[in-house]
Amino acid sequence: MSENIKKREEVKLVSVPSPYLVPERNAGKGLVLEANHLGIDFGGLTAVDDFNLGISPNEITGLIGPNGAGKTTVFNLLTKVYQQSRGTIFLDGKDTMGMSATQVNKAGIARTFQNIRLFDKLTVEDNVKIGLHNSINYGMWQGVFRLPIYWKEEKKAHDRVLELLSIFDMADMADMPAGSLPYGAQRRLEIVRALATEPKVLLLDEPAAGMNPSETAELMENIGKIRDEFGIAILLIEHDMNLVMGICEGIVVLNFGKIIAKGTPSEIQNNPVVVEAYLGKSHDEETADQGDDTEAGKTVDTDKGGSSRNADAGKKADAGKGKNRKKGGRR
Amino acid sequence: MKKLSKNTLNGFINYALVVVLFIVFQILASAKVLNNSMTGLLIPICCYVVMALSLNLVVGFSGELSLGHAGFMSVGAFGGVVMSTYLSNAITIAPLRLVVAVMFGALFAAAAGVLIGVPVLRLRGDYLAIVTLAFGEIIKNIMNCMYIGRDSKGLHFSLTDEASLNMEAGGVTIVNGPMGALKIAKISTFASGIVLILITLFIIQNLVNSRAGRAIAGIRDNRIAAEACGVPITKYKLMAFVTSAAMAGAAGALYGLNYSTIVPKKFDFNTSILILVFVVLGGIGNLRGSIIAAIVLTALPEALRQFQDYRMLVYAIVLILVMILTNNEKAASFISGMVKKIKAPKKEAKA
Amino acid sequence: MVSYLINGISLGAIYAIIALGYTMVYGIAKMLNFAHGDVIMVGGYMAYCSVSYLGWSPAAAVIFAMAVCTILGITIEKLAYKPLRDASSLAVLITAIGVSYFLQNAALLIFSSNPKVFPNLFSDMFTIKVGEATVTSVAVVTILSCIIIMVALTLFTSKTKMGKAMRAVSEDRGAATLMGINVNSTISVTFAIGSGLAAIAGVLLCSAYPTLMPTTGAMPGIKAFTAAVFGGIGSIPGAMLGGILLGVIEIFAKAYISTQLSDAIVFAVLIIVLIVKPTGLLGKKLTEKV
Repeated sequence: MSENIKKREEVKLVSVPSPYLVPERNAGKGLVLEANHLGIDFGGLTAVDDFNLGISPNEITGLIGPNGAGKTTVFNLLTKVYQQSRGTIFLDGKDTMGMSATQVNKAGIARTFQNIRLFDKLTVEDNVKIGLHNSINYGMWQGVFRLPIYWKEEKKAHDRVLELLSIFDMADMADMPAGSLPYGAQRRLEIVRALATEPKVLLLDEPAAGMNPSETAELMENIGKIRDEFGIAILLIEHDMNLVMGICEGIVVLNFGKIIAKGTPSEIQNNPVVVEAYLGKSHDEETADQGDDTEAGKTVDTDKGGSSRNADAGKKADAGKGKNRKKGGRR
Repeated sequence: MKKLSKNTLNGFINYALVVVLFIVFQILASAKVLNNSMTGLLIPICCYVVMALSLNLVVGFSGELSLGHAGFMSVGAFGGVVMSTYLSNAITIAPLRLVVAVMFGALFAAAAGVLIGVPVLRLRGDYLAIVTLAFGEIIKNIMNCMYIGRDSKGLHFSLTDEASLNMEAGGVTIVNGPMGALKIAKISTFASGIVLILITLFIIQNLVNSRAGRAIAGIRDNRIAAEACGVPITKYKLMAFVTSAAMAGAAGALYGLNYSTIVPKKFDFNTSILILVFVVLGGIGNLRGSIIAAIVLTALPEALRQFQDYRMLVYAIVLILVMILTNNEKAASFISGMVKKIKAPKKEAKA
Repeated sequence: MVSYLINGISLGAIYAIIALGYTMVYGIAKMLNFAHGDVIMVGGYMAYCSVSYLGWSPAAAVIFAMAVCTILGITIEKLAYKPLRDASSLAVLITAIGVSYFLQNAALLIFSSNPKVFPNLFSDMFTIKVGEATVTSVAVVTILSCIIIMVALTLFTSKTKMGKAMRAVSEDRGAATLMGINVNSTISVTFAIGSGLAAIAGVLLCSAYPTLMPTTGAMPGIKAFTAAVFGGIGSIPGAMLGGILLGVIEIFAKAYISTQLSDAIVFAVLIIVLIVKPTGLLGKKLTEKV
């Protein structure tokens, strides 16, 4: 199964500006999305705490972690479905504090949903056109009276819809009601609709959920294509490790609402804290961490030397980079 | 583009249907096939069609349950009647005055729509429904205490009684509290009603197939996704609500100017419900269904007149049965089975 | 002042009893039962008939009215609402309105539209004086029955097996079915209780305001529904609180502001409460999972 998944070359991550890690090629550029000490409480329960993340333009970042770790909550915070209790979010340098979900989308962030949220009764075309809402320029009455601008803008939107749908070869489905599409196509339509809003950052919440291996492989290729063509940053939540390890440049691991590790795919795969979060504690580590929360919750930031062993692992990975076409998904 | 033409075609069928109905009823009325009470129903039917269409914009396309639509009709009716009486000297041509009065009716109702919509549209589902119901009752209650008079100085308003209008001698009371508006000049015509239906259809159909209409439908289907697509929720909910209120106001003005007296009690909760029944029976989001349901259900009690006291009982039973038959899967499959059985022998006969 | 307060509470207690019916049915069947107000009217007519035509005692009349309404409630549920269990809420709403029309027009045929003067069943029992205010026996009986019903219902839903089943169904119908709860019979019981309460409310309402017409139930029905929403629909203490507040507000608005505008004031207070607290005073906060 993993044979048909092409793994991208691993890139080196550099810590500029601290404490964020970005691919080396983006070292001089600014961050397109920056979250500082982000946290939210639900009635005394802390769902996410001290979440720090910096994403540079055209970077693909993975957000992984066991079920209930707070990954979707992070998405909800970034897209303002919830307002954070603590911390700040900067989108392309702009503080999004107090923005609504609508405003933050206009500011340049778009997302898909874990439990698919399409406009079921509308056609595929209309779904994408709602994504284009803010780039179609005519008012209510211009639309009602069918003024020339209506026809011009609608034609433009129609062409754009077909163009966007063709990324996933879905142009022939334009007239179908979105609710009647097969599951995989619904997931892809959500991505198209999010892209239509012309985001700078695209958040994908489990884009491969429910897809078969060949669909996943295709999706992987398309995510890369989207990044290259649109030049946008992508942050994705995914449980399919082949996909995550295959296309993400940087990976952030979340557990119990806190970041427990950051790094390149190979660093993450070799990180004992991550393995522990997924598989439970092994004997020889018990003494090292002693189960105290501050230690477990602390970011293991390889380049800052959070723990020397991890830093070594990172170096090893870096040394092995180049023609590193290791098969994904092996731990 | 194929889909667009399908929508356009559907729209044209609706316009054609209204025009054909106009011609048919006009012929029937002039040929005296319709009795007097039926002819008298023509304008109210037009008003109810517009009411049903406008409520369909809120219930069907915006997906919000409104139980106070008659309130906007009331505002439009009284606003239109007052303006018509006020302008009776200034504009002597009745059709022109009708147009102006209907526009004012729409304007007043739209203002009421903004007033109500801004605070309440953030409520959802049943809570929004109960608040619209409450507003409908409030409007009825206020109209019940509203006194409006006119003398040479202009209009006078009061919420207590006729005497406190403080009019000079010769002043005319236009709206007299619970007794409603009196001595209205009846200037509504069947043709104007048809024109209003056509305008309403034009606005709704073109709105639905535009950027704003898609935004409204998107919010209905999935509010959170619409927000994530950068659609301002409140703006579009309000747009649908206020447009709908304005059209209801126009219908109200036309309705008010069809009678010599109208009372506030006419536009109560039951009227709101009646219009909702048109929308639901006609099919939520289905404009043609709303038109047909409004016509049939307004004419039905009249046609059932021979059953006297039983007609409303029959109406109630028909309503319940239709809801069960159209919404229960077993019943629906039973009916389609029956239809097949009835059709099948015919086909055999043909073969 | 005191007498207004007592009048308000006693009117509110009637609203509260009706609101309980609305709230329980809403909580469990997730439907706005607009026919509930007309069940009150039926209860009123049943009590009227048994007292005026058959010469029964007040107690027998109340029990008779309750029995008829309970059966009526179950029948309505079985015939009209049960086939629509999986239909859209709007379809059920319209059906409920159809039932409401049916009951009103059936009553119109049987009893005609002439108002009947309802005999005060509790008039000659006693009167209490509180300072200068006289408290009628109707008010006392109303408030007492309201308290008894409230306590009994709270105990019922928290202690008995059926009560727990009702709460389970209202939380999650699907899960309740999987746990072996008979959802249909639970809903039937809810309708039975709600309708029985409506009968009591009908008798109390008509004793306090003795005109009985086929449309008698409509307005108190709408107001009690408002009260249920006011307190937070689906919540039993909420219905109680909402009902009593609504009654007090209505009486005070009538006394101090304007008789004609009292309804407008009541509804305006409802709207303000909902804008500030969108799920009512004691309602559960709804959060949509994203």
